[in-house]
Parts: sequence; structure tokens; C-alpha cells
Amino acid sequence: MTNSPIDQSAILEIEPMKLFEVTTAELSVDDVGARLADPAIGALATFVGVVRGETDGREVRYLEYEVYPEMAEETLRQIGAEIRARWQTIREVAIVHRVGRLQVGETSVVIALSAAHRPEVFDALRYAIDRLKEIVPIWKKEVWVDGAEWRSEGGG
Amino acid sequence: MKGKEIRVTVKFFAAPREAIGKGEIVREIPAGTTVGELITLLTGEYPVLRAYTRFISVAVNRAYVGMQTELHDRDEVACLPPVGGG
Repeated sequence: MTNSPIDQSAILEIEPMKLFEVTTAELSVDDVGARLADPAIGALATFVGVVRGETDGREVRYLEYEVYPEMAEETLRQIGAEIRARWQTIREVAIVHRVGRLQVGETSVVIALSAAHRPEVFDALRYAIDRLKEIVPIWKKEVWVDGAEWRSEGGG
Repeated sequence: MKGKEIRVTVKFFAAPREAIGKGEIVREIPAGTTVGELITLLTGEYPVLRAYTRFISVAVNRAYVGMQTELHDRDEVACLPPVGGG
């Protein structure tokens, strides 16, 4: 134990790639897709959410995303479990959401789904983004030149 | 008859967080208090919350719960306005 030739601390620093993550870092679609790399898959479907530059005719300067981090990653994992229970052909799911201040055109969320064959990946992908907007505790504030407002799917 | 007190942490996010000016508070409440009763208590303390209570969902220890749920010592209660990620 004391004379181990391997530096244990270095090993512990390498985190396994997370399939469900909330981060302030820039998102890369390729990076999220790569988390599902597996020779058994024949289809990889991705959804990419991007910050839109206008809402109801008003010019958006930037978006501020707020998160309840511990619960957000748990609910993302829950969505993954729901998808795999509902569509058994889906092999793996990864969902990474960015939070903090995002500029127009930047990627806010990447969802990737893998399967051996393509049937069902599109339905499952749609379910993933709809469910995310429904249960994941993330909020966005639109900041315009002349004001700001918290936006949600449900209103309020 | 007065039961013993429990201590809960309450978290606020987005619009209600800005309205009350705090993201987190700690409160001592009687054991057996429900989520709904806690919200009523907080609305008394922070009248600005009244504009949001109709829309708020509540999570206890990071899971969505109903208003009848009884709270326990050290629970983390989160007041969640309608979410809108993506």
C-alpha cells in the first residue's frame, strides 16, 4: 500500500464522463455525443438548444440561467431513466445544460441519445426536451436593452 | 399542546428570490408542520411572495412533493417557480 508505483491521487482526479450535468462551461455537441461512444450503436440523435436573439419582437441582449444544481442533475438523471424504461431500444442518454450568462447564438443545452437502430430515437429526443422544460429546476431571465423578465413554459 | 421545534432550510430561486432579496433562509417551526403551512407562514413574513404562491411547486430534499407533506428536522425545502430551461 505504501510503495504503490501508481500515484493514487492522479487517478482520483480523472472523473468519469458525466452523462447528466449542469455546467457553466461552453458546450460542445461533439463532446456530449462522444460520451455515448460505443461500437454497438448505429444511431446517435442530438438536440441542441440555442439562445435566440429575439422574443415577441424584442431584442434579447443575453440570457441569465439560474439553477438548483443538486436537484437539476437528479432530475436530468430521472429523465434518462424514464426514457430507457419507455423505449427499450434506447441504449444511452446524455443531457448537459449550461447555466450562467449566455450570449445570443450560444448553446444552452445538448441532449444526445444512442440506439442500435434509428426507430424511436426521434420520439425519445422530443420527450427528453419536453420533459426537461417541465421538471428540471432551471430558470432563464431574458435581458433586453430596456428591461428583463423571467420566462417559463407555464407562465407566471 | 405544543410539539417540539424542527429546523428547516428554505431555498428561493428566480423571480421570488429577487423579490424577497434572499436565496436561502433557516426557520424553526413546530414538528408536523406541512409544506402548505410553511408557505402560508412565509407569505406572512414576506408579503411579496403572495404574487408567486399560486405558481410555486415545492421540493423537499430535492424531490417534488405535495402541499400536505409533513416536514422533518433538517429538511431542505425549495420553492420552485415554473421552470423554463432549454
